[in-house]
Amino acid sequence: MTLSGTLEVASCTDPGMVRSHNEDSIASDGDKGLVVLADGMGGYNAGEVASGMATTVIITELQQLLEKKVPYEIDAQSGQVVAHQMLHEQIAKANTSIYQAAQSQPQYAGMGTTLVVALFYDNKVTVAHIGDSRLYRLRGEEFKQVTKDHSLLQEQIDSGVITPQQARLSQNKNLVTRALGIDAVVEAEIHDYDTQPGDIYLLCSDGLCDMVSDDDIGLALQTLSSNLKLCAQHLVQTANDNGGRDNVSVILVRVLRDYPAPRGIVGKMKSWFR
Amino acid sequence: MAKLILSMDGLVLKEINLTKERTTIGRKPHNDIQIDNLAVSGEHAVIVTILQDSFLEDLGSTNGTVVNSQPIKKHFLQNSDIIELGKYKLKYVNEAPAGQAKAADFEKTMVLRPGTLRPAPAAPAAAAPSSAPTTAAPTPAAAVTRNLADTVAGQSATAQPTAQPTAAPKLATAPQRNAALQLLSGPNAGKELDLTKPLTTLGKPGVQVAVITRRPQGFFITHVEGASFPVVNGKALDAQAHALNDHDVIELAGIKMEFFFKT
Repeated sequence: MTLSGTLEVASCTDPGMVRSHNEDSIASDGDKGLVVLADGMGGYNAGEVASGMATTVIITELQQLLEKKVPYEIDAQSGQVVAHQMLHEQIAKANTSIYQAAQSQPQYAGMGTTLVVALFYDNKVTVAHIGDSRLYRLRGEEFKQVTKDHSLLQEQIDSGVITPQQARLSQNKNLVTRALGIDAVVEAEIHDYDTQPGDIYLLCSDGLCDMVSDDDIGLALQTLSSNLKLCAQHLVQTANDNGGRDNVSVILVRVLRDYPAPRGIVGKMKSWFR
Repeated sequence: MAKLILSMDGLVLKEINLTKERTTIGRKPHNDIQIDNLAVSGEHAVIVTILQDSFLEDLGSTNGTVVNSQPIKKHFLQNSDIIELGKYKLKYVNEAPAGQAKAADFEKTMVLRPGTLRPAPAAPAAAAPSSAPTTAAPTPAAAVTRNLADTVAGQSATAQPTAQPTAAPKLATAPQRNAALQLLSGPNAGKELDLTKPLTTLGKPGVQVAVITRRPQGFFITHVEGASFPVVNGKALDAQAHALNDHDVIELAGIKMEFFFKT
């Protein structure tokens, strides 16, 4: 099954203006409808190892699984949608790899990474995330943050301790409450969203949203939507112009047309010929 | 580590580090910060500290608590805030680590392990900051994503009111020069377009579009879409961004315009 011609993908990653290493990692496979972004953390350059492991495991395993399995079907054994099952399993696999490496190598001790994965199929997108890397959506004139950060600030906002305005002034930024590779077991947050042709999805590390306001990000997506590559470069450039205090990565995905799953005998036969 | 500097009549009395989750302030001796003065209530106020953030709350004191000359019930403390209780002043100091060595750590993402933060007994409820935040106050400026060719037909441009970025820039950016475009040809010849937004698009979607970006380094024009590139001072640009100089003449989608700095 291929989504060739359905999605336009552009991405950009940069170490920023302050850090010497880039510990963000990004990967995409537009034909399979798959994009991944990870922001690593850890002493020395262990963050680079953690985020690299996360994106490599997720993209290679899911690429192979998508050759054989159909994401929108229900798995007979577990009763789960195949897309969810694949994501749960491969995220767990990535977590174990990173956790074990961190346990066995002293220079990797304590390393971890955030993760955002988006899998497009059947006119929808399944989004899995852990940590404070985000997914936003631009639909028409509406630009909004889709994922909710797993962070101290977000928990404070949710429990009414602080307001979103106060969170912007907080000195407790960048404290995530969930990450890959830190514990033997981790739970990703997974949701499905319907997509429409014209939608633009943005995956980004906090190096973008900490340096650039949501309003300016939305303006860039709206203004430069006809040139996604330029848009991705502009977002990174703006983060750097504003200080670039962290690695910054963006992946942009635009939905070009409908992509309903083939259903029924005729539909399935048609899909064999794609 | 955040701290308070206690003073009266300009004389510094002592410095108090905010190491505890709850730092109580009042006249009675059991308070962490005891101020022996009748204008101060027995239990006057408390400062709740969650890692690097501190919140001040008045405990129903007789004379109230004031921050930066405004009376408050609850307040999210910001660096250099001045708290007043009676004749006493407490200056809240919470500076970002100074020096280039620490700068790289400043935005580092870290994992918060469960149990690191003991639950604060009575965390202050969310309250709007009573003093204006030190970053720029939001001024709704009409964000003009203006399509010059379309304005000819009288269609309204997609204007979105956007606030100035309050969150992101923690560093003081150098004052930027203002600039504008003056239309030299076409139906809107003579009109001026202020370049106030970070991005202003020009041209006709689907035909030829360019964008002018406003950056600390100046203004740049970049080709966005279309078979032909924008022409500046008679020469066609390439795909790269091009820095604009005072009085550059831009030609795009059949319209001529002049870029100029407003001083």
